[in-house]
Amino acid sequence: MARFQLTVNGRDVEVDVDPGTPVLWVLRDHLQLVGTKYGCGIARCGACTIHLNGVAVRSCVLPVSSVGEQAITTIEGLSADGTHPLQQAWLEHDVPQCGYCQAGQIMSAAALLARNPSPSDEEIDAAMNGNLCRCGTYLRIRAAIRTAAARG
Amino acid sequence: MATVKTTLNRRSFLKASALAGGGLMLGFNWLAGCQTDPTPAPLTLPEDWFEINAFVKIGDNGVVTIMSPNPEFGQNVKTSMPMIVAEELDVDWQRVIVEQAPFNPAIYTRQFTGGSQGIRQGWTGLRMAGAAARHMLRQAAARAWQVPLEEVTTHAGVLHHAASGRSAGYGEMASAAATMPVPEEVELKDVADFTIIGTSRKNVEARKIVTGQPLYAMDQYREGMLVAMVVHPGRFGMRLKSVDDTAARAMPGIRDVFPIQTFADGYERNYFDTNTFPELVAIVGDTTWQVMNARKALRIEWEPIEDTEIRVAGFGGTQTVRIPAGLESTPDHAARMAEQAARPGRVVRRDGNPEAAFRRAARVIERTYTAPFLAHNCMEPINCIAHVTADRAELAGPIQAPEFIERTLAARLGLPPERIDIQMTRMGGGFGRRAYGHYLVEAALISQRMNAPVKLIYTREDDMTFGVYRPAYHATYRAALDEAGRLIAFHVKAGGIPESPLHANRFPAGAVDHYLAEEWALDSNITIGAFRAPRSNFIGGVEQAFLDEVAEAAGKDPIAFRLELLERARTRPVGERNDYDPVRFAGVLERVRDASGWGTDDPPGVHRGVAAYFCHNSYAAHVLDLVIEDGTPVITRVCSAIDCGIVVNPDAATNMVEGAVVDGIGNALYGAMTFTDGLPDHRNFDTYRMIRHAEAPKAIDVHFVESDVAPTGLGEPPFPPVFAALANALYRATGTRLYEQPFAPHLEAFVQQTTG
Ligand code: FES
Ligand code: FES
Repeated sequence: MARFQLTVNGRDVEVDVDPGTPVLWVLRDHLQLVGTKYGCGIARCGACTIHLNGVAVRSCVLPVSSVGEQAITTIEGLSADGTHPLQQAWLEHDVPQCGYCQAGQIMSAAALLARNPSPSDEEIDAAMNGNLCRCGTYLRIRAAIRTAAARG
Repeated sequence: MATVKTTLNRRSFLKASALAGGGLMLGFNWLAGCQTDPTPAPLTLPEDWFEINAFVKIGDNGVVTIMSPNPEFGQNVKTSMPMIVAEELDVDWQRVIVEQAPFNPAIYTRQFTGGSQGIRQGWTGLRMAGAAARHMLRQAAARAWQVPLEEVTTHAGVLHHAASGRSAGYGEMASAAATMPVPEEVELKDVADFTIIGTSRKNVEARKIVTGQPLYAMDQYREGMLVAMVVHPGRFGMRLKSVDDTAARAMPGIRDVFPIQTFADGYERNYFDTNTFPELVAIVGDTTWQVMNARKALRIEWEPIEDTEIRVAGFGGTQTVRIPAGLESTPDHAARMAEQAARPGRVVRRDGNPEAAFRRAARVIERTYTAPFLAHNCMEPINCIAHVTADRAELAGPIQAPEFIERTLAARLGLPPERIDIQMTRMGGGFGRRAYGHYLVEAALISQRMNAPVKLIYTREDDMTFGVYRPAYHATYRAALDEAGRLIAFHVKAGGIPESPLHANRFPAGAVDHYLAEEWALDSNITIGAFRAPRSNFIGGVEQAFLDEVAEAAGKDPIAFRLELLERARTRPVGERNDYDPVRFAGVLERVRDASGWGTDDPPGVHRGVAAYFCHNSYAAHVLDLVIEDGTPVITRVCSAIDCGIVVNPDAATNMVEGAVVDGIGNALYGAMTFTDGLPDHRNFDTYRMIRHAEAPKAIDVHFVESDVAPTGLGEPPFPPVFAALANALYRATGTRLYEQPFAPHLEAFVQQTTG
């Protein structure tokens, strides 16, 4: 076990865990931030996507010891009150079915729009291809990203 | 307006009294009600709630809580079922809060998600619940105003008396309404008067989903909760022999390691007790990561199972199921299926004289189709919270069939059902997998042993390799055409491991004079379970691919060919047990033909495939368009026509059809679980290929046939014909018919040819 100082959603927190613990489980089991989901544990589904200094990463394969001072943002911290343009667009398009993948989808999309505010459809597909949706909401996700991008 | 007798269970109305401080009971993070505005003003909570019946609570300020009875797994019943209640209650949807009802089938009847039956079977009861509550509110107003009941009307949560000009919100009358006698009869609205049903309402949990609020069992924690995992044999056909847990126990955070047995000896299983591995090694610790690590240090010996027989109480009485010993492999399965298919099957239906008709045919077409086992791969892996004490058990988990697993739990824990509380959490997908609730029993046994609340978590690998798969299937079709290209005889022989996919009374049965349907099944120790549109998910697709080929041989347009057969089934049906309505079946084909511009407005350079199917009481047809770009098929558009009766929530229904189309394309192209000596060849998404963003169709247009027929299923019916629409379009693009699912490996060969 070792102590780690982390910045999560703008808050400084300290956890005492095994250094190899993936950030996913630090968030879920130690910080009660359960919006970030477990789907595969091997970086193949995107359910666990968070931002590290604004860049989308798969938290299930990110050891807590490698985070250092980089800022972690989770779905709970994407906006203070659920008003991020993507969250709004997701509601307008009524994207979710079961919903389990959607936090990861939104986090991937948010990182995309942050670096590329008006992505082409191909760029959307490329950026989102690591996020599985078993329910098949891909078309609505694409539409919601376009809507949010169009608003700038 | 129709008057109907209320058949709601009396217990639905048992307690009609004030629930003081009900606002606290809700514990909602987002009290936004069902408002469609993305940034709604929160609803003000009432001081008091009045329970009118088990489905409806009304606050003194007019805010209404509607209970949604069924488990939610993404089909959006948590929105659509309360919409049905709200319609008859006549309330403003913006002032409705939806809550998940507790599991209590004595009150809520069928709390089961499966068979596309939720809305169909809930329809009348939900309407009655709303109408009965409205009636009681009107009674309260009539009494308060001293006017005849008939003169009290309602509109959007307000009671009116036109003659005297009086009006009152439901909240003002709620306390009196709660004491009114339960009506013997209620009036139901005419379909034409619906104002909520048939209008698109947003998913009531979308806001929680997009902000990451805890919704799933996986997200729940309890004071003092431990984390548990179970280790099952890596191979089908093996069982637990012994465990050396010395190293694992010494690892940080590990509390205990012990074997569990999920059925007591001699227990007679029910239909949903499918449990591939009833003996497991449980490992329990403080955190998920600690348990995940420590389980790798377990040294477990497995041994081969023997041939066994189990007793299973099914829908048609108790059956004996044989579980053969041995380590099975996919190539052996294929060989066994081919061998069995060459023998006569069990005749399930026979019309006319098929043998003679085949002998005199001008042309006979025979084709064989196969499909592999499929894993459900719900995004939320199997998990469950359990807290079992000496005299109670509390479970919270993703479960489609709580009623069945409650009985299993009662038998295994030795507790009466009323001491078992099952909370139906929102499920991260289900697709049939979560009808088999063995994990509730596993979690309960672990909690009982640890004397603490536990969360059982399956890793993705555990989830994918535990069995309960869609079966492997095989079907041989034969069609006989006469000189004029007319279909004179039809023969299907279908089987699978370990069940047959046949629906003998389904189209084109009834449309052909000479018809023969046979089936067979082979034993296996690999377990299966319901998978979105069981049996239909194979037979629907291959039948529609075969008919496409028959239409071509007959020199006919595939839609016109089917319509001719349906016309025959309508005017001169063969046999009496045909399970489809040829008029509604033809209706979706005509609708998809017109909506897609089939034959008149075919997009240039685009290859089109069509298919239609009936299952789970509804009709679905698709036209799928694809182009070949750089040697790879790209699906540009899918046009779908659906007849499922009244559509409760059109945009959500559209979402479900889109999902079924994507799911169908994904499984047709990539879905496969294969085995080598009992070992599943795929354990995670690195090699089990699932459809991804870039492979999804670019557009899906969904059209619902206008209808005032009571609603039927939607989760499953659009799924089976997708396989055929894709296969038929791929044929048009490549000139090659594909008979073996999944298709992608065959396309790779084609792609290499065209680009190489
Ligand atoms: S859980 Fe991290 S990518 Fe799947
Ligand atoms: S909404 Fe269910 S997995 Fe995406």
